Amino acid sequence: MKFSGIQKIWSEWEKEIPDDHWFYVRSCIRQNFFPASERRYLDIVRGNLGRDIFEHPEHTTCGGIAYHNECIPQLTQMTIVGRQFSIMTESGYSNYVCSCVTSFGLYCEALNTWKEHPEIEAMVREKLWESCHREFEIPKSLVHASDLIYHLRHEIGAKAVHKLTNANTGEPLRVVDHVGCHYAKMFPTKGVGGAEYPHVLSGMVEAWGGESIDYPERRHCCGYGFRQYHIKENRGYCVSNTHKKLESMEPYHPDFIITNCPGCAYFLDRWQYVIAHQTRHTYGGPGQGIPVLTFEEAAGLVLGYDPWDLGLQMHQVAVEPLLDKMGVPYDPAKKYLGTNGKAIPRPELPSIIRCC
Amino acid sequence: MIITDFGYCLAPSNAVKVDKTTDWRFEKLCALESDVLKCIGCGSCTAVCSAGHFSQMNLRQCILSLSRGQWEKSVRSLSRCMLCGKCLMVCPRGINTRHLILSICRIYCPGEGGSNA
Repeated sequence: MKFSGIQKIWSEWEKEIPDDHWFYVRSCIRQNFFPASERRYLDIVRGNLGRDIFEHPEHTTCGGIAYHNECIPQLTQMTIVGRQFSIMTESGYSNYVCSCVTSFGLYCEALNTWKEHPEIEAMVREKLWESCHREFEIPKSLVHASDLIYHLRHEIGAKAVHKLTNANTGEPLRVVDHVGCHYAKMFPTKGVGGAEYPHVLSGMVEAWGGESIDYPERRHCCGYGFRQYHIKENRGYCVSNTHKKLESMEPYHPDFIITNCPGCAYFLDRWQYVIAHQTRHTYGGPGQGIPVLTFEEAAGLVLGYDPWDLGLQMHQVAVEPLLDKMGVPYDPAKKYLGTNGKAIPRPELPSIIRCC
Repeated sequence: MIITDFGYCLAPSNAVKVDKTTDWRFEKLCALESDVLKCIGCGSCTAVCSAGHFSQMNLRQCILSLSRGQWEKSVRSLSRCMLCGKCLMVCPRGINTRHLILSICRIYCPGEGGSNA
C-alpha cells in the first residue's frame, strides 16, 4: 500500500510495544468461538518467538459485554479491570496484553478515566479492597494481542513456512482487513495507524507476502455493536452492516479477510451464512464465501501449523480453497477430530454456502 | 426473496451510490453558483425561513439532496420561497442564498421554477 499526506504520517506512527515479558488475558468471545486461536497464540509467542508470556488461571472477563449492554455500571466494570491488574501485579508483570479488542478499549478507557479523575481511581481501589482485599499497580504498557504480533511480524516472516502467496502462480494473496472499532476509534494514538489509517493488520499481511486491499468500507463497523446483536429485534441492523462491508469488498475479489477483533471475526464469518440464506448470494464465487481468519490463525498458517490444530474447522465459511491456494497441506479426514483424536460433532451442512 | 426465516432480515441500505447519481444539472449549478459548495449544512437558513414555517421548504436539505442527485422532491419545495432574503442575512458562509434559489429553479425546472421563484 502506498501512503501520502496524513496517511503517511499515521503509517509512521509507532506505539511503544515492549519486546518481552507479557501478562496475557483472554477474550470471552474468542475462547468460545475460536478456542484454538488463543492457545496457538501463546504457542507462537512462546515456542516460535521465544518470548515470556504468562497467563493466570484466575483472570476473568473484563465485563465489557455487560458494560456495553448497560447491565453493569462503569464503576463495577472498572473494579473488574482493577482486579485483573492486581493479578498482573501479583504475578510480577507490568506489561499487559489482552486478546479482545473490546477489552483493550475498556482498559484504555479506565486508565484514561483514572488519569483525568484520580478520585475515581481511589474509589475503585477502595471498592476492590473491600470486595477481595486486592491492590494493583497501573501497567507500564497496555497493548492488544495484535500489536504484539505486529511488533514481531518480521520475525514471523523470517520463519515463514508458507507465505501469503498463491503457491501455483507466486502472486501475492489479496487480503482485506477489518480492525475492531474499539481498537483505535476511541483512543487513536493507542492503535498502530490510528483510527483512520489502520496498519496493524495490513502491516502483518505485507510482511508475510500478501497484498493488502484498501476497500471503501474498510473502516466501517462489522455491525456487532453489542445492543445491535444482543437484542434480537436489532439483529437486522447488525447483519445489514456486515452486508455493507461484504458488498464493498466483493469487487476486489479478496482471498481472505483478516481481523483482530473476536466479535468481528465471528460475525463476518457467520453472517455470510445468514446472508446466503436470505439473498442466495455468496461473496467468494458460486457457493463459496470469503474465509475469515483471526490474526493468530493467519500467523499460525504462515508458521506452518496444521490448519485443524489452529481450529479452522470451527469456521462457517470453508477455508479449504484458501489452504489449497497457499499450498498448505491438510488431511480432510482429520478435520473433525479433537485434540485427543476423538471425533467431535459435525456441523449440519448448509445448502447454499459451502462449509467444507 | 427470503429463504430462511431467522426472525430478522437485512434492512435495505439507504446509501447513496454516488457513481450512479452523476447529474449534469448539479455540475451546471456549481459552474453558475460556485457558492453552493461553500454550504456547511448548518441549517441557519432553514431556521429563519418564513416559508419553512408553513411548508416543506428547506434549503439546507435541498442543497444536500441536490449534491446527492436526488433533486425531484426537494426542488419542488423551493417553489414556496417568497424571496424575503432572511436566509441570506444569516448564512455564516456568506452565500447569496436568494440568488442560489433562483438559479436552482432555472436549472432544475426551467418551465416552472424560474417563474414561480
